[in-house]
Amino acid sequence: MTSPDRTHPDMAHPDMAHPQPAGDLAEPAAGPARQDPVLAVRSLSVSYHTGSGPVRVVHDLDLDLSAGETLALVGESGSGKTTTAHAIAGLLPSMARIDGGSVTFGRRDLVTLPERQLRALRGRYIGVVPQDPGVALNPVRRVGPQVAEVLRIHRLAPRHDLPRLAVELLDQAGVPDPARRARQYPHELSGGLRQRVLIAIALAAQPRLLIADEPTSALDVTVQRRILDHLGRLADAAGIAILLVTHDLAVAAERADRIAVMTGGRVVETGPARDLLADPSHPYTRRLVEDAPSLAPARARPARTSPGPGPAPLLAVEHLTRHFPGEAHPAVDDVTFTIGPRETLALVGESGSGKTTTARLVTRLLAPSGGRIRLRGQDVTTARGGELRALRRHVQLVYQNPYASLDPRHTIAQVIIEPLRAYRVGTRPTRRARAAELLDRVGLPAATLDRRAAELSGGQRQRVAIARALALEPELIVFDEPVSALDVSVQAQILDLLARVQDETGVAYLFISHDLAVVSQLAHRVAVMRAGRVVETGPTGEVFTRPSHPCTQELLDAIPGARRTPRQQPPAHLEEAR
Amino acid sequence: MEELTAPASPTGTGGTAGAVRTVRAGGLTRRYAAGRVLRAAGVVWAAYTLSFLVMELLPGDPVAAMAGAGLQLQPVSEVRLAQLREQYGFDQPVLAQYVDYLARAARGDLGDSVALGRPVTSMITTALPPTLALAASALALALVGGGALALAATYTRRRWPRQVLLSLPSLGVSLPSFWVGLMLVELLSFRARIFPAFGDDGVRGLVLPAMTLAVPTAAMIAQVLATSLLTALDEPYIQTARGKGASRARLQLWHALPNACLSTLTVAGLLVGQLLASSVVIETVFSRDGIGRITADAVTVQDIPVVQGVVVFSAVVVVITNLLIDLVYPLLDRRITLAGAAAVPGAAR
Repeated sequence: MTSPDRTHPDMAHPDMAHPQPAGDLAEPAAGPARQDPVLAVRSLSVSYHTGSGPVRVVHDLDLDLSAGETLALVGESGSGKTTTAHAIAGLLPSMARIDGGSVTFGRRDLVTLPERQLRALRGRYIGVVPQDPGVALNPVRRVGPQVAEVLRIHRLAPRHDLPRLAVELLDQAGVPDPARRARQYPHELSGGLRQRVLIAIALAAQPRLLIADEPTSALDVTVQRRILDHLGRLADAAGIAILLVTHDLAVAAERADRIAVMTGGRVVETGPARDLLADPSHPYTRRLVEDAPSLAPARARPARTSPGPGPAPLLAVEHLTRHFPGEAHPAVDDVTFTIGPRETLALVGESGSGKTTTARLVTRLLAPSGGRIRLRGQDVTTARGGELRALRRHVQLVYQNPYASLDPRHTIAQVIIEPLRAYRVGTRPTRRARAAELLDRVGLPAATLDRRAAELSGGQRQRVAIARALALEPELIVFDEPVSALDVSVQAQILDLLARVQDETGVAYLFISHDLAVVSQLAHRVAVMRAGRVVETGPTGEVFTRPSHPCTQELLDAIPGARRTPRQQPPAHLEEAR
Repeated sequence: MEELTAPASPTGTGGTAGAVRTVRAGGLTRRYAAGRVLRAAGVVWAAYTLSFLVMELLPGDPVAAMAGAGLQLQPVSEVRLAQLREQYGFDQPVLAQYVDYLARAARGDLGDSVALGRPVTSMITTALPPTLALAASALALALVGGGALALAATYTRRRWPRQVLLSLPSLGVSLPSFWVGLMLVELLSFRARIFPAFGDDGVRGLVLPAMTLAVPTAAMIAQVLATSLLTALDEPYIQTARGKGASRARLQLWHALPNACLSTLTVAGLLVGQLLASSVVIETVFSRDGIGRITADAVTVQDIPVVQGVVVFSAVVVVITNLLIDLVYPLLDRRITLAGAAAVPGAAR
């Protein structure tokens, strides 16, 4: 990647002259030597000042990062990893205070640097890739100006060159057709493209340090892989130090030179990626390694065998089609599958492949344009009124985001009892007893009944959502990405729970996911979708070992950790440095 | 037309599909426009019908009221009343009257004023320019003043000044217009002798009434804009911009303001109706000619055709304003399509 300020001859323009980088931060004249320390964090402590007094979220944290190195900061949500990243970048929210310690970047302590000087560093020497590409771009501004804004703020290029430079930067970040994309608005771009735009922004001024906070956790695995590959290449070429914040140990293992594991606001273990994974010394790290679905294939249960074709399938979907007005192609195109009693069928594919639409059609939240849906042989394709109500009782839905699917103002008892009341099942006291029983089934104490959803963690909320789905004893539960919003260790617990509930109650699952690693633990059979069509169906073991469609192969390759081998052999330049 | 097409699918369909989409969206837009015009006509019709019904339900003989409205002090003869009834069609059944009036209103003929004998349509068109000048300058003042207040309040980081600035809008809304008007007259006209207190002689005469009318309007705009700005400043894209090294002023003006403008625009549309209604008070307080003045006069003497004419006229103004705002909306935020379906970012399929 060529720096815009160096490629452009107009730089002599007085107004646009490159500001002298604050002395000690001047870019090294020659290419950066790999062992140059870029960032040194010493005994950093951060606390949040809320109504109920200060809460320490980062304790005495030490980190070191050299030029060209990638350090992964791994931990579950609430471990303080994002706060650490924000503290380093000077982007802490107003209620957060740095209580002590130092963040040495170059030769300056960012903790004591006044805001104005920090601003001169941010974007110019420290690039930040934010978490959720869906909301991290200004929705009413075109993409090009948002990319060029970095150059404009730091006066790195004359104004009339900005549009051209924005297109160049987008091109370097791997955005196809960059000239057209630069003129578009963020919502016209897919999540993967938006993340590339954010990477273009972060790298625009050729920073020395890149802080990437869960840069791909909102993306599909296949897109995630492409983005991380690209980011790695760009950073490698420019010798940029990367601080990669992630909850996904598999991603860290594959991408980082070193890993720092955080929990409870402290770094409990730091070391080279391969050593740390091969021989985790801290119990917490061991647990993380065990819970990562793709890192410990030995732990994954042997692919569950189908209960065998029953006398009749529970759900039979034939030639299901759904066309959205104004769309050239149907979102769901001639989809056929069956689910037997006690069986789990996984519907796998990238976003946009029609998985969620299929789920909405099966639950009749959306009317099909064509095809048949039969439940226990009964045609429910056009069920209305009472018939539809009966269908809803037998087919329940659990959503992806447990933060959004539970009313934060309702108590958990109200949440679970609601379907019982809607279908007039039981009396008031028996309903409460039933709710307690359901909570027990999903592994939550009965005391949870009187708490509110807002007080629960993501995993606990998803358990509540599952309990609610079980309340009416449905025959089929449709799960739409039920664990993709959860931390890995919680994911493993929820998947275990789902398997146990199925064994105990005999309910069938339609399990929608973009993550084959998750699916491998639970599904009896897998159907792979692409562009609205089912391209491959088969027993889980078979699909995983002998994928017949290239799309399936791509999904399999994208599982983080599946390609861990290359990084275990560190790149040549790192060997030299050591 | 290009600007109003639906957002391209993220999955990236081919060129031909894109062309199909554009054509379809074009059709959608035309259908949308037709639907909107129909709805607008419906609103005007409903306003007319409602005012007709209210007038019909009012106690008393409309003709006697109308005859009395001429302010003749001597009693009107039965013969004259019958003549009037025939002239205004009151001898017809109510439904026939309604249909007849509606048909004429649709052609732009709103009947004649009973009190003045002039056609209502020409009365309104004569009264329009001063009211338009008043409302437009008040709206401009309110947008500038309210906008500046909202920006200042959200830019201030110190707690006290910020709270004071943020509480000004509620104060502005709660002050009655006639009181504000009288205070302004007292201060700027009687004491300081800068602006004339009454009448409509040119720009100087416009200042005080426009200011009076602008106060509550500005307060509402400031309130909504400040809230929207605070919400926008909490959005993740502001964090992205901070990561670029953007200054606070830049975050406010370049990033948050365009996003916050949308809700303010909606409110500004509603305020146009409010401005018309308030002009009744303002034009009375400042003895200015205009729509508000003829409305006040017509209500006082129960000049039914004029009142109805003003009602229909106001409905037309409000409907057109809101139509314009709906058309502007998608230009400011491209996620909004005219078909009414917002393309939710990252919507799952």
